[in-house]
Amino acid sequence: MSETKLQPLAELQQLENADYRPGKIFVATLKRELQLALRRRSDLVNPLIFFLMVATLFPLGVSPEPTILATLAPGVVWVAALLSTLLAMDSMFRSDYEDGSLEQILLSPQPLFVVVLGKVLAHWMMTGLPLTLMAPLIAVMLFLPAEGMSGLMLSLLIGTPTLSLVGAIGAALTVGLRKGGVLISLLVLPLYIPVLIFGTAAVEAAVTSLPLAGHLALLGALLALGVALAPIAIAAALRISVSG
Amino acid sequence: MADPLLQVVDLFCERDDRVLFNNLNFSVFPGEILQVEGQNGSGKTTLLRILSGLSRHYEGEILWRGVSVTEQAEQFRRELLYFGHNAGVKAVLTPEENLAWYAALDTDIDLQHIPNALNAVGLQGFEDVPCHMLSAGQNRRVSLARLYLSRAPLWILDEPFTAIDKKGVAAKEALLLEHAARGGTVMLTTHHELDLSRHVRRINLDELSGT
Amino acid sequence: MPRWFYQLASPRWCYQITGKLLPGFSIAALFLIVGGTIWGLAFAPPDYQQGNSFRIIYLHVPTAYMAQSIYITMAIAGAIGLIWKMKVADMVAKCCAPIGASLAILALATGAIWGKPTWGSWWVWDARLTSMLILLFLYFGIMALNSAIESESTAAQSTAILALVGLVNIPIIQYSVDWWNTLHQPSTFKITEKPAMPPEMWIPLLILVIGFYCFFAVTLMMRLRNEILRRERRTSWVRELLMQQRG
Repeated sequence: MSETKLQPLAELQQLENADYRPGKIFVATLKRELQLALRRRSDLVNPLIFFLMVATLFPLGVSPEPTILATLAPGVVWVAALLSTLLAMDSMFRSDYEDGSLEQILLSPQPLFVVVLGKVLAHWMMTGLPLTLMAPLIAVMLFLPAEGMSGLMLSLLIGTPTLSLVGAIGAALTVGLRKGGVLISLLVLPLYIPVLIFGTAAVEAAVTSLPLAGHLALLGALLALGVALAPIAIAAALRISVSG
Repeated sequence: MADPLLQVVDLFCERDDRVLFNNLNFSVFPGEILQVEGQNGSGKTTLLRILSGLSRHYEGEILWRGVSVTEQAEQFRRELLYFGHNAGVKAVLTPEENLAWYAALDTDIDLQHIPNALNAVGLQGFEDVPCHMLSAGQNRRVSLARLYLSRAPLWILDEPFTAIDKKGVAAKEALLLEHAARGGTVMLTTHHELDLSRHVRRINLDELSGT
Repeated sequence: MPRWFYQLASPRWCYQITGKLLPGFSIAALFLIVGGTIWGLAFAPPDYQQGNSFRIIYLHVPTAYMAQSIYITMAIAGAIGLIWKMKVADMVAKCCAPIGASLAILALATGAIWGKPTWGSWWVWDARLTSMLILLFLYFGIMALNSAIESESTAAQSTAILALVGLVNIPIIQYSVDWWNTLHQPSTFKITEKPAMPPEMWIPLLILVIGFYCFFAVTLMMRLRNEILRRERRTSWVRELLMQQRG
């Protein structure tokens, strides 16, 4: 083994002139998260099945009457999407916390903000995006008028990333606790309310052929605010959780 | 003597209403290997976590090259390699992929050296095997391969030899000496009897805490 | 940083100063609340639309108002604790949550009682009541997180982050709920928006709001003093204090 040499120590000069490329670590994070997710496919499918099941409960619990379901549909799809993203939230930082990877991420010189953003984007690509693509199926089952479909897809597309961002704050705060699952819902659900309101309103506007842009702009504003502020809160929460 | 790399000034830490250390002062110089000793629960891990910047439950000052670590966190992290209780190895990824992720986190690591590092820890032939199919000791080795890749001068190692066989331990000890010889610094805790004991300076938390 | 700021950081000094302030605030709270209530219930003129049932605003409005103010107080105290690592600020934040939650419950209960004669049902999805309910949920989340984390300082830091996230969210939530409300119930009778309240009506309300502020200060100080004693129980000054009281 003696033939392998250590790498030379980094020189101070070189360290001080470090050139950081946040884009690089962002892409690397995204790639790693997707790689991890693809190797544990069941985690990928579970929220989608849950989404379908929750939506199925409403015709059974309320009424199979198309007119009733059609009025409920926007809310049902949105609530089901909201709960499904929550379901996948707890695992977001937990496995990294348990195997020590999170410590290494916190101790790396890379900006935590960017790594966190990469993880959230990956989470959304695993949950929010498939949910958005699956939503028309459920909308048809719930007799949502065809005019509402564009509103549903667009509102989910713009709204679900915000859910991932806000949910990640809850996940980061509870990552050090043995049972984070229920607690996350308690912390995060009240914060989801604005997205739910604007999201369902967008669908209803689309159903009644009213202009959509205003609602989508509001959802977009929430997303912009979330992208700017949530990673700061997530990063701070992770440092606190790991420190505790 | 050269300037100390790491200086600990008046460190105080209290956990669960118990004072772990109070008025802890010491300096670490380039080329030193420092072993932190103490009974179970004396705060060895806590001390290493505080020094690495993971734990913030302390009062006092930690200086790196004479400047407070909180004022230059990013710079300090570039010069630090931390090895914790949990190896930080993803079970579904292969050793090579795991190390590639470390290379992404630490820009000073050159991807080309990864095969060499895996050879050095005796994992040649396992590069493409997911880590959950490797033994506990092999998983630790994946993480220890970082020692061969890193260019950081300060190594903080918490029980690095757990689940490593005798031959592996001997190789790592030689590695620590080599790192010290090139001007690096090691702080570690271990339950193993080190062969390199005469090169090691010890800090005993039982004596220092004054309990 | 001024000197009083550091003094405030000392639990001992804080314990002493709150001990001195407590009687004054208690008396003020008692007089303002009793006086304001009598004025509001017995002497203020009845509402031209709602008659005497409107008088519950003398309890509803101050509690609703306090529930919001306390949340802001809590978030600010949490931020101070987070930034300057000030133990007393952490304790203040922790003590605020149950008080705020209780007042939010009280505001919801009085709202429901008021709803019965006004709308004919105990609960109406009115914008303000809904916002208050969500505020209560935020309090519940903070209390749940605080009790789930064992380490006291970690719990304080985590809840401070959550409180700040909530603080950013509250205006958004209120705006969205208002907006939702106008969307679904365009012509609801808004209970707390009076076109013009005569002074005989709003002066007792103002007195009660100030009274409730004093009451909040009193309960906060009492809880804070308990919390200080509990956390500092191992220090010599607390032991001496307890010896004196027993002795």
